[in-house]
Amino acid sequence: MEILTREERGFTVVSVSGRLDAGTASDLEKDCANLINKGGTKLILELSALEYVSSAGLRSVLAVAKKLKAAGGGLSLCGLTGLVQEVFSIAGFDSFLPVYETVEKVVEKG
Amino acid sequence: MTESMVERVFVAKVESIPLVAEFVTEQAEQAGLTAKRLMQLALVIEEAVINICNYAYEVPPGEVTVRIHTDAGRFVMEFEDGGVPFDPLTVAEPDIKLSLEEREAGGLGIFLIRRMTDEVHYRRVNGRNILSVAINTP
Repeated sequence: MEILTREERGFTVVSVSGRLDAGTASDLEKDCANLINKGGTKLILELSALEYVSSAGLRSVLAVAKKLKAAGGGLSLCGLTGLVQEVFSIAGFDSFLPVYETVEKVVEKG
Repeated sequence: MTESMVERVFVAKVESIPLVAEFVTEQAEQAGLTAKRLMQLALVIEEAVINICNYAYEVPPGEVTVRIHTDAGRFVMEFEDGGVPFDPLTVAEPDIKLSLEEREAGGLGIFLIRRMTDEVHYRRVNGRNILSVAINTP
């Protein structure tokens, strides 16, 4: 798994590629916690290069979303494809997290 | 297709998951599973093995035996451990309609296994837990 972060018009964009699984999920949670502590409370997880996610990955995403909510911010997801889209949908995460096609669409909406 | 059965024993730890996946994928490819099914299978393997790593043994790591049967129309994987009795199918399914505040992280692993496979069974035999999952093959 590789995590790249950037700022885009007030949003913190976290691009995750590779595999978000039992071996890597805690790294994402830690990185996001650091970003939130530094004030990045409008966070976008950009997952177009993510190939695989398991329940361990879902748990991290849920923890990050709860932390953001508590901090008065929020989490958006974008770029879901293939198995990743299927897993997020089966788990019902697309019902409590906003999902967009691209980062641009999240930013446009503000 | 001819019937076949293979099995291998792994150490029940997170680091074994890629080795189990490699072992199973080789069999699954021979059984003619599609690329999409292979990805779903990788997920089922991680969820089944991680449950055993986390909950089966009072003194980890124990072992997990992975057994694969293939016959006409079905690809069956069994995950067997010698740990404490535990039927994962009794775990309550997560309520996927809940809000972010209400959602809890538990139960997602077995929930994904159920949704990604055609059949799931649990049995306790000679002091061992056996989780069996079947996927219909083309």
